[in-house]
Amino acid sequence: MAERFTKSMARNIYLGGSVFFVLLFLALTLDTQVRAMPERDNRELITEAVAKGKEVWEHNNCVGCHTIMGEGAYFAPELANVFDRRGGGDSATFRAYLGAWMKAMPTKVPGRRQMPQFNLTEKEVDALAAFLEWTSKIDDNNWPPNIEG
Amino acid sequence: MKYQSQAVAKPYFIFALILFAGQILFGLILGLQYVVGDFLFPEIPFNVARMVHTNLLIVWLLFGFMGATYWLVPEEAQTELHSPLLAKVLFWVFAVAGTLTILGYLSVDYATLADLTYNNLLPTMGREFLEQPTITKIGIAVVAVGFLYNVGVTALKGRKTVVNIVLMTGLFGLVVLWLFAFYNPSNLTLDKYFWWFVVHLWVEGVWELIMGAILAYILIKLTGVDREVIEKWLYVIIAMALISGIIGTGHHFFWIGPPEYWLWLGSVFSALEPLPFFMMVLFAFNMVKRRRRNHPNKAALLWALGTSVMAFLGAGVWGFLHTLAPVNYYTHGSQITAAHGHMAFYGAYVMIVLTIISYAMPIMRGRPYGNSATAQAMEIWGFWLMTLSMVCITLFLTGAGVLQVWLQRMPDAGEALSFMATQDRIALFYWMRLVAGAFFMGGLVVYLGSFLIKGEAPEPALEGAAARA
Repeated sequence: MAERFTKSMARNIYLGGSVFFVLLFLALTLDTQVRAMPERDNRELITEAVAKGKEVWEHNNCVGCHTIMGEGAYFAPELANVFDRRGGGDSATFRAYLGAWMKAMPTKVPGRRQMPQFNLTEKEVDALAAFLEWTSKIDDNNWPPNIEG
Repeated sequence: MKYQSQAVAKPYFIFALILFAGQILFGLILGLQYVVGDFLFPEIPFNVARMVHTNLLIVWLLFGFMGATYWLVPEEAQTELHSPLLAKVLFWVFAVAGTLTILGYLSVDYATLADLTYNNLLPTMGREFLEQPTITKIGIAVVAVGFLYNVGVTALKGRKTVVNIVLMTGLFGLVVLWLFAFYNPSNLTLDKYFWWFVVHLWVEGVWELIMGAILAYILIKLTGVDREVIEKWLYVIIAMALISGIIGTGHHFFWIGPPEYWLWLGSVFSALEPLPFFMMVLFAFNMVKRRRRNHPNKAALLWALGTSVMAFLGAGVWGFLHTLAPVNYYTHGSQITAAHGHMAFYGAYVMIVLTIISYAMPIMRGRPYGNSATAQAMEIWGFWLMTLSMVCITLFLTGAGVLQVWLQRMPDAGEALSFMATQDRIALFYWMRLVAGAFFMGGLVVYLGSFLIKGEAPEPALEGAAARA
């Protein structure tokens, strides 16, 4: 680098640049979380069951195989829109589907990917269904591109 | 070795390499499960193997960073480490806690582990990469604070070089951002938003400071280029890293709830994220070109050049490929993400740790100019086998990802293949990835084997004084 560009100039760009962008990031975070998100995530609909469902989700490490809103492992299908894909957007249909599915696992088809049997209680399945239904309604800029996730 | 206390780095490096081997073993299990779905089921389900694979990676890189820090901070500060005893105690605390956590993953099912470790008191488990029981997370925080105190006091009492300042800044950021691992609200979008404060701001933020500082230190040692020049480069690189990377976090906010302005901010700033990595390539090759000595440790120099190139390809190029929002809309959470993740972690963080190990371990083993020519040749074989295997893994996963996007994401609802049908169609790429993974393991065995070869590089005849300086 040219001699005119000194080390202290480089340091000042680093210090000034990082302080500026840290502050900008904090300001944007404030705007996102305080102004924008309450409308986009329907937080008033987070019932006790939805919160409990997130615990069930975490307790069984679902994200170790599945994605949710595209984040997680890529071994098993996306589940942020499974309420629409398998439940047709109807709470009762989805609850029945999820209950039957969880009971039927693992399929034990040789050579196929297997989902463990988690022995969830009826109440836990209810909660998980509520959590996935609430998740499906978050405004996520219309992702995924189609129902297959 | 200029300061006796630098030797505390040795167990950190050795343990890091043991965990590295474990990580690759579980990587092979995962690769096989991708094509033989019920392999090791139900003993080791995919989610368990994946947790072990990713958590071992994070933990061994942390061991590597700590070893690197214990090695270079005293030397840069020109003083002994504040407390070698504390460093040894923390090593054992971290090693035992890490081992118990991995054994916990493997021996009981995850829900039982959560119950046994009282996850309900402060639920933090069950989130990607943050699967550790809360007690382990607290342990990591305690070890990290003790570590930071120890090296911080050392750095403050001695010479304050730019390398030390940048390294300490990076480590301080690492520790502070770790605290977001304890925040887990019931609102999934809120949880995800701040989860990225750990994950993104680590690997695309403060870890780049750590990498830059280690690379700068190594280049000072291996090339003998004037410290003033190297420090100027280091400042420019980390400036670019933070200017692009902080708002670049936005590329993770596209599809998890935050408002639309992140589509623009995330795209524009993360498109700049390759720049610091490109600068690292220019930096490393320029310094080598302008070198004032020919250090006999050729293997270390190869790692240093290699890490800059592979980090640029993996983090820079493969990151840019899918970072623009209109592209990412189709590629988000596909095998393209996996391709990028593999090469970026290997190129930037695995290789920088192997660089400092390649330089420091021979010195700690009483070989001040490096290993014997035979050992170096074998290490260089390991370098090429692992690196080229990782290139293949990345290319095959990219192939799988492109096909996945084409079959599952691009068509309209009625036409698109389901997730599992798509997986069947792209199985050939997964088989090829598995073969490449086996070659990677072969490369790792060769690399580790190079540690068993005795002998050292001779003192350079004419440059002895310079190489010691």
